[in-house]
Amino acid sequence: MNALLKNREIWLVGAIAVLIAVIATRFPGFAAPRNLSTVFNDTSILMILALGQMVVILTRSIDLSMASNLAFTGMVVAMINAAYPGFPIPLLILVAIGVGLILGAINGFLVWRIGIPPIVVTLGTLTIYRGATFVISGGAWVNADKMSPDFIGLQRMQLLGLPVLSWFAIATIVLFFVMMTRTALGRSLYAIGVNPTASVYAGIDVGRTKFFAFCISGAIAGLAGYLWISRYVIASVEVANGYELNIIAACVIGGISIAGGIGSVGGAVLGALFLGIISSALPVVNISPFWQMAISGTAILLAVVLNARGERKQGRIILKKAEAAAA
Amino acid sequence: MNATADIIKPHAVLPDAQPLLTLKGVTKTFPGVRALHNVSLSLYPGQVTALIGENGAGKSTLVKTMTGIYQPDGGEIAVDGKVVALNGAHDAFAQGITAIHQETVLFDDLSVAENIFLGHAPRTGLGLIDWRTMRAKSRAVLNGMGAGHIGPDDRLKDLGIANKHLVAVARALSIDARIVILDEPTAALSAKEIEDLMMLIEHLRAEGKAILFISHKFDEIYRIADRYTVFRDGEMVGEGMLAGTPQNDIVRMMVGRAVDQIFPVRDSQPGDVVLSVKGLSHPTEFDDISFDLRKGEILGFYGLVGAGRSEVMQAIFGTTQTSAGTMTLDGKAVAPKSAAEAIESGVVYVPEERGKQGVIIGMPIFKNVSLPSLRKTSKNGVLQLAEEFSLARQYTQRLDLRAASLSQDVGTLSGGNQQKVVIAKWLATSPKVIILDEPTKGIDIGSKAAVHGFMAELVAQGLSVIMVSSELPEIMGMSDRVVVMREGRVAAVLDNKDLSAETLVRTAAGIAA
Repeated sequence: MNALLKNREIWLVGAIAVLIAVIATRFPGFAAPRNLSTVFNDTSILMILALGQMVVILTRSIDLSMASNLAFTGMVVAMINAAYPGFPIPLLILVAIGVGLILGAINGFLVWRIGIPPIVVTLGTLTIYRGATFVISGGAWVNADKMSPDFIGLQRMQLLGLPVLSWFAIATIVLFFVMMTRTALGRSLYAIGVNPTASVYAGIDVGRTKFFAFCISGAIAGLAGYLWISRYVIASVEVANGYELNIIAACVIGGISIAGGIGSVGGAVLGALFLGIISSALPVVNISPFWQMAISGTAILLAVVLNARGERKQGRIILKKAEAAAA
Repeated sequence: MNATADIIKPHAVLPDAQPLLTLKGVTKTFPGVRALHNVSLSLYPGQVTALIGENGAGKSTLVKTMTGIYQPDGGEIAVDGKVVALNGAHDAFAQGITAIHQETVLFDDLSVAENIFLGHAPRTGLGLIDWRTMRAKSRAVLNGMGAGHIGPDDRLKDLGIANKHLVAVARALSIDARIVILDEPTAALSAKEIEDLMMLIEHLRAEGKAILFISHKFDEIYRIADRYTVFRDGEMVGEGMLAGTPQNDIVRMMVGRAVDQIFPVRDSQPGDVVLSVKGLSHPTEFDDISFDLRKGEILGFYGLVGAGRSEVMQAIFGTTQTSAGTMTLDGKAVAPKSAAEAIESGVVYVPEERGKQGVIIGMPIFKNVSLPSLRKTSKNGVLQLAEEFSLARQYTQRLDLRAASLSQDVGTLSGGNQQKVVIAKWLATSPKVIILDEPTKGIDIGSKAAVHGFMAELVAQGLSVIMVSSELPEIMGMSDRVVVMREGRVAAVLDNKDLSAETLVRTAAGIAA
């Protein structure tokens, strides 16, 4: 499987390289390292969200409520900041993660204990969390002028030549990489996605593992809530409306199987980057946003077709010589 | 025994009775398995024929062949003396053959009338479904069979299982079925519902239908059937009129086989009690289960399908909750609430279906082996790949696993080697008790011998094994003692010395000697 996954990621890297090369023919500055680092920074939030979504999709579930969770948490932290400008930012980030985690835990609880299908649960909470955002804000916006300079400024700061926002993304990627490859939880997430029955017999609590997955995606949405608001400096009910589809698209393009059990941190990151490059490059080469949607859609279908081919069963190896050759 | 020879010869058939359906020399082979071999069977109008046989005797394959799901590799099927080809369920339908299964194959969210007439609904002149006629016909059919309490507009899902059977029968009547196959229809019914069903079968018989009745329960067979046909290992081994045929003769036909399997010779000297189960009960699945398992012992669990054996094992493994009873492991009380707790305490369960419940295809061998032992192979919450590898290497070497590398996807291994990965996975948890549920079901004879040899090795090393099996030779060849279960209870605990196959089958079916 490792070889196959690497393969898949190499394909994606290749596709991104081709994409950059094509864009560079019309807009040579695009491929400059400085611009690419800007693209990376612009895609940071999507990458972080895609990683959270990946964990859920691996368990054969889906979290449609991430963007609403993001809007709610973003509104909470913006209102706290507006009311108490002195509230320390690192603590505020922890509040964002905490609030997001609680919303994720609600999803997880409904899936685990009540046994409602994830798509139904999160379709419901998608609306509920968005509605709750309206309730706490009374429909009002929190504008840049109400936010403290620290709140807005943190992620604009540079560290070793990269904006802090990029460092958030890098830290999340590293954290997820360790979690997925080096912890029992990461291993269990894959195992229950591939074969839930066998996982039960191996002593893995499938329901609880799914609960944890939703907690993770919720916490990630919370973190992204702070990052989003402080980047776009406006908190409203409409923040990230419909963005859950971009998150899922990034995962699908990144080779994460909607059927569960297949996917990697690298894939989710590359899938997000692919979308990020399209959305940042097309406007500068004067292609309408509608083309942008069509291109994203085509990329999704292409990714699904390619992945389906990759996952096609190779048949049982019965011949001894084939068994040796397969290694 | 003389009687056997007499019985295997078919009784003379009444000269004036012409069979409605005949199978002649039907053979069906699946890769590696001969499911039906040169089978002949006749069904007569106005008669109920009981099909009797152990698990795996070929009954299900026969039903599927008769209903067009499977096509035979050889032989012929004739209806009214004319040879027919059943190339699908539709052909069987057209010949008036219908089957009513243990679990009804109807549509829960449709109405009774829709279920009865699905696929042959009356149409109006415009080609639309004629609801009025459909309802009226449904009511007529249901009333005609004494099931007037079921309304044509009732949702099927609101009916009990017995009433669903009645709807299935009504469907059979509505298509004018002449040959009705009842495949263990009583398995999920209460005594009262069974009685209702029996009346209905009598009604069908009076209408001149040819009925094939499949059941494990001798009391029902003798209550309703006119004729019997006994299957064993995919062959028809005896048939005749039921009247005047003692139960024991039929049991003898079911089990009387040549022993063609060789089991490892063991010098078994079971030690102290390792696992003691007392009064284990579940609200609906089993009741008052008690037995002891000793060190170095293979304890067989025998019973008919649905006797509750796997359910008991799942309770011991913590995946099913119990309502009463206690368990002690090495003298300490245990009450596992999850598989993880059971594994922790030293009980592992190797489930029946290797593919579905055993290995995780797509994961490399070493990750499969370490999956239940992740706590052991991690330090401060971080998995140590080197530890996982050495754990996997240690146990796969012991089992002589043939793989080029432990990083190889387990899905690329042959079935036998996958089985070894599953076993290595469980051995790596250092268990005290290992439960094997149908360990050799569906594998070829060579692999069976390997699994049996391996079981002998396990107990020689001091492990205790519970082996759930529906195969008589395996139970008799491997067990030190046998727990026989019947209808969710322990019918008997038998010592394997001088144990006869007939005693086992009689105990499992509840027939007095």
